[in-house]
Amino acid sequence: MTDLVTRRVVQHDAFQRRHIGTTPDAQAAMLAAVGVDSTDELMARAVPSAIALADDAPSALPPAATERRAIAELRALAARNTVRTSMIGLGYSGTITPAVIQRNVLENPSWYTAYTPYQPEISQGRLEALLNFQTMVADLTGLTTANASMLDEATAVVEGMLLARRASRAKTARFVVDADALPQTKAVLAGRAEAVGIELVEADLAADGLPEGDLFGVLVQYPGASGRVWDPSAVLAGAKERGGLAVVAADLLAMTLLTPPGELGADVAVGSSQRFGVPMAMGGPHAGFMAVRAGLERQLPGRLVGVSKDADGQPAYRLSLQAREQHIRREKATSNICTAQVLLAVMASMYAVYHGPSGLRRIAERVDTAAHRAATVLESKGVRVRKGSFFDTFVADVEDADLVLARGRDAGLWLRKVDDTAVAVSFDETTANAPFNALLSAFGLPLEESSGFALAKFRHVPEGLERTSEYLTHPVFNTFHSETGMMRYLKYLADLDYALDRGMIPLGSCTMKLNAATEMAAVTWPEFADLHPFAPAEDVAGSLELIGQLEGWLADLTGYDAVSLQPNAGSQGELAGLLAIRGYHRANGDEARTVCLIPSSAHGTNAASAVLAGLKVVVVACDELGNVDLDDLRAKVAAHAEHLAALMITYPSTHGVYEHEIRAVTDAVHAAGGQVYIDGANLNALVGRARFGDFGGDVSHLNLHKTFCIPHGGGGPGVGPVAAKAHLAAHLPSHPFAQQAVQGGPGRFGGAPVSAAPFGSPGILPISWAYVRMMGADGLRDATDAAVLAANYVAARLGDAFPVLYRGDGGLVAHECILDLRPLTAETGVTVDDVAKRLIDYGFHAPTMSFPVPGTLMVEPTESEDLAEIDRFVDAMLAIRAEADRVAAGEWPADDNPLQGAPHTARAVTDTVWPHAYSRETAAYPFEAATHGEGRLRAVRGKYWPPVRRIDQAYGDRNLVCACPPPGAFE
Amino acid sequence: MTSEQDLKYTSDHEWVDADGDVATVGITGYAADQLGDIVYAELPAVGDTVEAGQVVGELESTKSVGELFCPVSGEVVEVNEAVSSSPEIVNSDPTGAGWLLKVRFTELPDLLDKAAYDALTGAA
Repeated sequence: MTDLVTRRVVQHDAFQRRHIGTTPDAQAAMLAAVGVDSTDELMARAVPSAIALADDAPSALPPAATERRAIAELRALAARNTVRTSMIGLGYSGTITPAVIQRNVLENPSWYTAYTPYQPEISQGRLEALLNFQTMVADLTGLTTANASMLDEATAVVEGMLLARRASRAKTARFVVDADALPQTKAVLAGRAEAVGIELVEADLAADGLPEGDLFGVLVQYPGASGRVWDPSAVLAGAKERGGLAVVAADLLAMTLLTPPGELGADVAVGSSQRFGVPMAMGGPHAGFMAVRAGLERQLPGRLVGVSKDADGQPAYRLSLQAREQHIRREKATSNICTAQVLLAVMASMYAVYHGPSGLRRIAERVDTAAHRAATVLESKGVRVRKGSFFDTFVADVEDADLVLARGRDAGLWLRKVDDTAVAVSFDETTANAPFNALLSAFGLPLEESSGFALAKFRHVPEGLERTSEYLTHPVFNTFHSETGMMRYLKYLADLDYALDRGMIPLGSCTMKLNAATEMAAVTWPEFADLHPFAPAEDVAGSLELIGQLEGWLADLTGYDAVSLQPNAGSQGELAGLLAIRGYHRANGDEARTVCLIPSSAHGTNAASAVLAGLKVVVVACDELGNVDLDDLRAKVAAHAEHLAALMITYPSTHGVYEHEIRAVTDAVHAAGGQVYIDGANLNALVGRARFGDFGGDVSHLNLHKTFCIPHGGGGPGVGPVAAKAHLAAHLPSHPFAQQAVQGGPGRFGGAPVSAAPFGSPGILPISWAYVRMMGADGLRDATDAAVLAANYVAARLGDAFPVLYRGDGGLVAHECILDLRPLTAETGVTVDDVAKRLIDYGFHAPTMSFPVPGTLMVEPTESEDLAEIDRFVDAMLAIRAEADRVAAGEWPADDNPLQGAPHTARAVTDTVWPHAYSRETAAYPFEAATHGEGRLRAVRGKYWPPVRRIDQAYGDRNLVCACPPPGAFE
Repeated sequence: MTSEQDLKYTSDHEWVDADGDVATVGITGYAADQLGDIVYAELPAVGDTVEAGQVVGELESTKSVGELFCPVSGEVVEVNEAVSSSPEIVNSDPTGAGWLLKVRFTELPDLLDKAAYDALTGAA
């Protein structure tokens, strides 16, 4: 028996035996295949002894809780939150998530466990949903092309500013910011602008127009943070006359009534789609958005879905213009962001699909009516409501804002303090029919008999700003308005896709592990979902407690002193960490330390983030074993010693090995006065076995959506906390609206904020909290061991058919392995693409293609797959290898074989004409020979049929279409 | 049209065809193959002054981006509009219809001949 069992008895209701897919017996068989006796021995051989954590190292984690107990504890934390009716606004509005969307999208593993649609043939469902999102945003903003979502509104504004700088003809570093922009947007902008040398000029654009002087762009908030609606077209035109770009941060719901930015002259529109059915969740996750006018498509950051065609000439969706992105363009990318907020963008798009254009307009009118009615009634009772046009928000001058807020809170309302003598009141879909008496109480007025105020139409759209253009005219927004229709549309789309609920997704560097149902349970609880991010600390005590505990656990697991959960993606955590390093050097008077060393094997985001933190990238070579070339590192450190800011290194490396010399690497950088940034993307190979902070890391980001079970959501949300040693803590992200009560929260940090909300995306933190709570220190270490064992088992079984490119100590890999297909391609002409697409016919999602080495596949099985599924994958790969050999042997022509023809749709293999050199059976049911036993039955009966054949990537980029194609295109 | 044999080459995988004081510039078939299906070409504007070794444009494929280094100093007198609308011709005919720009120069730098370039790419 393995040591896993002898070490301790795993209780029958312990969560770890549900999370870890391989049983002790299976692990014993896998260890035998690898040639080691126990998982302890495996890890002792694989992890360099210089960094290995002692077996008896103390842990701050509580002992593992059962699923039932974890839910009870989460209930207790939730009970410490008090949800009140939010009238705070500032880009976060109450919304009614249609139940059909909550159940069939947000709570449906077919949507939330899918990966980013890099393999478009098995992602047509969510690609269609994202195309709906892009069409919705483009229509509502009146611009040509929208991307597949941004991380939040504040960072979308930052990306709009950076886009303006790239695209502007003006040779200046000045960017003009609307004084009525959201305050959190202004705070994020300030930090990001400072790091890259942009000078911000704030101006009251509505009152004073554009200030004098050069500019490369202007930001207008429309409607403003104060609620004000005004016509910014003269300001936008003025900015463009000076060679700048016009960026408008717009409210999507207001755009159903108001002239959209595109028609007012904007080049770029940004904002948040949160109020389209996505809970506020104390700040996130939500889908931000960006749309641009024609001609700026190539400047877009982030993901962009487009239409191409497949091998049969049928329309098919895919990610477009990927050459813009950091994984190809590295430090010259349009942005450092990798992912989008797909799950939330899908929800927002479905809200528009469900309500349709007239439904959205009715909601907007109700909100508008309620706000104006409330303002009128308050005014009639003597409250000094500020004059002017508004949509859903107005400001009232009062004697004591704190008193109004306190009375409001007693009456069940959250209001917003503008300053000591002004209060803002914001309406939304949920408050449009709310009782009015709470608001009267807040303002100290006598209560009324009447129960509501959405009685008459009081709309006041200023002259010339009434929307006249149509929007959402595509049939998809005018068809699925019954719940039956909506449920079936969501099921139809989900069935087109391959997610973890179908089978293994062995994507290297992505860690597609279990997202357990218990972990997901609390996400939609109203005590977490209905919190405004700027709610008073005393009303969010449970969430602050949860956040504090999770921060403490993550610090303990990584060997750091401070953690900030604010970054809402790995890329943002990277940026926050690098900004902390920059802040530290500058605080020490070392302004000249601006060089960031990055190994050539690094993820492209590293370089892109470094540039956005104001650092200069210098690439360090790797040796033939895939490790950092120590000689080159020392030479680069020496050459830049005076200017060395940091080294960014991923551990285990992006090559999937535990680099033996990591201490030598970190020591060399420290000796020269540099800081060490360890990229935590591969932390899943380390938890419980080694800690970044113990072997030289000064700061890291972690990917909670990899190691800590937050689902990938089809390409977002992510959470990328930044963890640092004490000397950098002061430079971690702060936030102007941080709830100060939290221990170690952003209140005590001093760096610029990197997200719109103080704690980023708290709505999904219960997932990671529950994972750590239910695994405990032992369970987490066992998960690491199981993940490393699974990767080594795959390497052992596939190594003969596909050489494993890099191995570390003991000939072992870490939690993933790179299979080198270049020899196969040279021998047989069969490419990485052919193997990836053929895996679809076998019922698998392909491993990571051509990262970090072109012509390779990187496999990461994770700890959650059971041995039968891992074997099914291995058998499929071996069967594909045999097929490739038949091509090489001339049995099948190079241009007509099942690999080159993959994937095969049901339509293709049932066509009357079958002109191919291989049989229909070989095309569609190849796994009959490659599977056995009970798994074979499932494979045959439950075969996954891809909806499209191989997609023509080049056609889609050459003929860019990023909105829903007309239905006729599919006939 | 000069034959491939008689074109001049750079180590950055451009070819140069000098005729009088105007050099036609493109990328080699080797470079086009390495890039893959080219989907977009960003070229300088006519009238731009360019320097040898300077990045004057980009060629984007579905999978990668190649920078276009100008092999000669001078003034851009023509760019290939056909490449902007149909970038695939750089793949199908890199040294013919897929030319990229014409530069009026005063002096031609030292460039590689076909044999030296082939040695560089391992094609020899």
